[in-house]
Amino acid sequence: MWTPELSLALALAIPAIGGVFVALLGSRPNLREAATLIAAVLLAFNVAYLVEVAQGHPTLNLATLAPGLHLVFKLEPLGAIFAAVASGLWIVNSLYSIGYMRGNNEKNQTRFYVCFCIAIAAAMGVALSGNLLTMFLFYEVLTLSTYPLVTHKGDAKAKRGGAIYLSILLGTSIGLLLPAVIATHFLAGSTDFIAGGLLAVNEVTPAIASILLVLFAFGIGKAALMPVHPWLPNAMVAPTPVSALLHAVAVVKAGVFAMLKVGTYIFGPALIAVTPAADALAWIAGISIVLASVVAMTKDNLKARLAFSTVSQLSYVTLGVMLGSPLAMLGGALQIVMHAWGKITLFMSAGAIYTATGKTEISQMDGLGRYMPWLFIAYTVGALSIIGLPPLGGAWPKLFLLQGAWDSGHGLLMVALIASSILNVAYLLPLSARGFFSPPEEAQLKKQPPIMVILPPVITAAGVVVLFFLIGPLRDYLAPVFLSSTLAAEAAL
Amino acid sequence: MQFLADFLPAGVAMHAPALIVVIPLIAAALAALMPNGRVAWIVALLTSAAVALLSLNLLGQVISEGVVSYHMGGWAPPLGIEYRVDMLNVALLLLVGFVGLLCVIYALPSVGDEIAENKQALFYSAFLVCFAGLLGVTITGDAFNVFVFLEISSISTYVLIAMGAGKDRRALTASYNYLILGTIGATFFVIGVGFLYMATGTLNMADMAAILEANGHNRVTQAAFAFIVVGLGLKAAMFPLHVWLPNAYAFAPNFVTAFLASTATKVAFYALIRFLFSVFHPDVSFVEMSFVWLFAVVGTIAMVVASLQAVFQTDARRLLAYSSVAQVGYMMLGLGMGTASGLSAGLLHLMNHALMKGALFMALGAFALNFGVRRVKDLAGMGKTMPASAMAFTIAGLSLVGVPLTVGFTSKWYLVTAALERGWWWAVAALMLSSLLALAYVARLLSAIWMDSPPSHHGELMQRRLAPWMVLVPMSILALANIYFFFHADPLVWLARAAADAVMGGH
Repeated sequence: MWTPELSLALALAIPAIGGVFVALLGSRPNLREAATLIAAVLLAFNVAYLVEVAQGHPTLNLATLAPGLHLVFKLEPLGAIFAAVASGLWIVNSLYSIGYMRGNNEKNQTRFYVCFCIAIAAAMGVALSGNLLTMFLFYEVLTLSTYPLVTHKGDAKAKRGGAIYLSILLGTSIGLLLPAVIATHFLAGSTDFIAGGLLAVNEVTPAIASILLVLFAFGIGKAALMPVHPWLPNAMVAPTPVSALLHAVAVVKAGVFAMLKVGTYIFGPALIAVTPAADALAWIAGISIVLASVVAMTKDNLKARLAFSTVSQLSYVTLGVMLGSPLAMLGGALQIVMHAWGKITLFMSAGAIYTATGKTEISQMDGLGRYMPWLFIAYTVGALSIIGLPPLGGAWPKLFLLQGAWDSGHGLLMVALIASSILNVAYLLPLSARGFFSPPEEAQLKKQPPIMVILPPVITAAGVVVLFFLIGPLRDYLAPVFLSSTLAAEAAL
Repeated sequence: MQFLADFLPAGVAMHAPALIVVIPLIAAALAALMPNGRVAWIVALLTSAAVALLSLNLLGQVISEGVVSYHMGGWAPPLGIEYRVDMLNVALLLLVGFVGLLCVIYALPSVGDEIAENKQALFYSAFLVCFAGLLGVTITGDAFNVFVFLEISSISTYVLIAMGAGKDRRALTASYNYLILGTIGATFFVIGVGFLYMATGTLNMADMAAILEANGHNRVTQAAFAFIVVGLGLKAAMFPLHVWLPNAYAFAPNFVTAFLASTATKVAFYALIRFLFSVFHPDVSFVEMSFVWLFAVVGTIAMVVASLQAVFQTDARRLLAYSSVAQVGYMMLGLGMGTASGLSAGLLHLMNHALMKGALFMALGAFALNFGVRRVKDLAGMGKTMPASAMAFTIAGLSLVGVPLTVGFTSKWYLVTAALERGWWWAVAALMLSSLLALAYVARLLSAIWMDSPPSHHGELMQRRLAPWMVLVPMSILALANIYFFFHADPLVWLARAAADAVMGGH
């Protein structure tokens, strides 16, 4: 009865149907929010089941557009983990959204929750896609469904941010990603994700592979590799729950996840290792990591700082892919998980501070930690995880990436990784220091923040600690993807 | 699809090729005699429904019998006039028939608003003449007959465009410009046909092809080729012969724009394909050369330049008109590849573009009907005041850009694949650049519709006012077809492929 194939369909259907219910219950906010939460919990259970059966690679043909063009879901460990992160954090974030949206009396809340459901469905589509065509489709749906969320406020600034958001994401995907997808289809006769790499199996020359890799790297604009990153800071005009779940987890992670998937299943580690452009792209990723961190230091607005921090952290994944060593790719995959939990904590903290005090600039946040100690502890834990200190989850991807960089002969890039961690300290921790140690200004709190905006970041901060100790099972779950694909690709080459 | 052949009685089916032209011609005379616009509209509606059914039946006949050849009046070709239906023109007949039917449904409220009551019956009569002309061009196998029907459709089109003068008198100059240019085009075409007649002594297209193949080419046939390409290119609004089109589309009645944009240029483009592939041989050196150096290169320029012009238009219909010129560029590029996959990609885009532009112009017509909207900035707030039309406009607009879940994506996919097969990376780059420009001009329209707030009138916001259902239904059908044929691309892809094979396979 409960088959993996049914479960694949449900992963898409649950948030979609949830969205319908949210729309229908628009006039009754409590029931509407209940619909969101029920959908989130059901989805999480469904995805937990998918994680369990991912090794069996269940496949589901959604539609056949024309001969040779299929929309297909095919489960594999990377997608299962990404789906698990997105759906798990959706629950926490839904609680937080309720507190934030009500606490700030935001308008058009029904539209907000409906678009959220569609965006999650699209993220599931990206996670489970079995070929490039399907991935591209849901990637675009994700862009379009999040646009109303980014422009939620509807003022001139939100419109401008939304215009940049849409034009960069649609522009790169149509101008670069789409030709790359079609060229892959043309060269390989399909766009299926294959262990060992579709292009490696079809023996594409390094020159062609270079062109395609560049098209993919910049075409997947959601991965925010410099210089296609400006959409991300501009998307910060959105309400904070959107920034938290979409621009720290679902959207940006869909980008780097797509990058990882292209690297693993379209190129394969072995082909990337011999593709000349990969080296250059690894350096661009390295530069992105450092430069975005430097820019983050100059921002006083907390969300803007976190946005540039995200740009920097996303490039860790891109770097992992471009290094082409299985260890670095594993590091990239782990970064998707660990950074998601850490960064959502930071964003939710920023939103909680805004809800409680109306403040957005770091320089105004002196002494707030005394009023909201739990929140600031959660923030600090999240920040330390992003920096990469044990015993927090963020430590592992940095370690694997450092090792991977060394193994693939890019010792110099280790410097970029270490420099970035030091910069992280310099731009993330001052808020903790101000919050706890600077003397507070007069009349700090507008109102007591609702429990719904304090509890979620505390939960995710605790999750960051737990993830540190879960590394064994996580590694065992993910490592075969890269090792077996290396072996298969070497056999093919 | 076998069942398609049998659903009309045998006696009707046998004469379907003639009836599909004769019925609208007779109906045109009837409509002119009708006492008022509404009765004339019923005549037009019944006629277009009959044409749609006949075209469907012809598809079935072509599938089961191969090429259908009909001898007008029983006179055998090459002396008599032959109507000849193969996969290529049956695809066009289906397009004209069904889009025509949807447009006619849409016409009642739209024409009722824009045309004076006492002229409506004559208006429908002119429309039916134009309809018959387009169908005639598509179905005939006789070169001179093509000219006759081309003129029938053109002259009635001049009238239809000029009827926009009730709303804006600039329609008269737009129509006059088109009349001058259209007549030059028709003259060029008939000179070309004359030269071919001189060289071959026949007017039957199949016969011409056989004689040309046997006798070879000379300066006369080369001159004929040049005249025919320019003449039909003008009708098809091939860049840079498109100058008549933006004003004609901008000032014609909305119904006329929707109908012409989705059928007339397509039919002229079909005639061009017919001459290039079925009369001249694609392997003949000067024809082959024209593919790359004329169609592909000029098509690419059109894709980029006309899209760029579209970005800067202030009138919404002119904007979409320039977009149409760019889309003809896509079709020229597909044709210019000179391969079966290129031609079928171009034909697929031809059909898909009819679905997009039909829906877009209908939605603009709906906005104009309720609020008198013409300029891009007047579209402000239409998402709030006319949500259903705005939604249809959005779907078709995204399709024009080539966003997945719409047919625009399917055509681009096949065009790019065909370009890659040919090794034309520059064409891929141009396709993507043109898509991005399309994104820019569609985004201008969509952001006005959805993001700007509706203008206030005496301090009060404009109220929601739904379009009449006779506007909503055909518009929604076209818009939803943009999504439907993404998930079921098979029928259209198959049709385009079979159409391309019909003219390429014979050689």
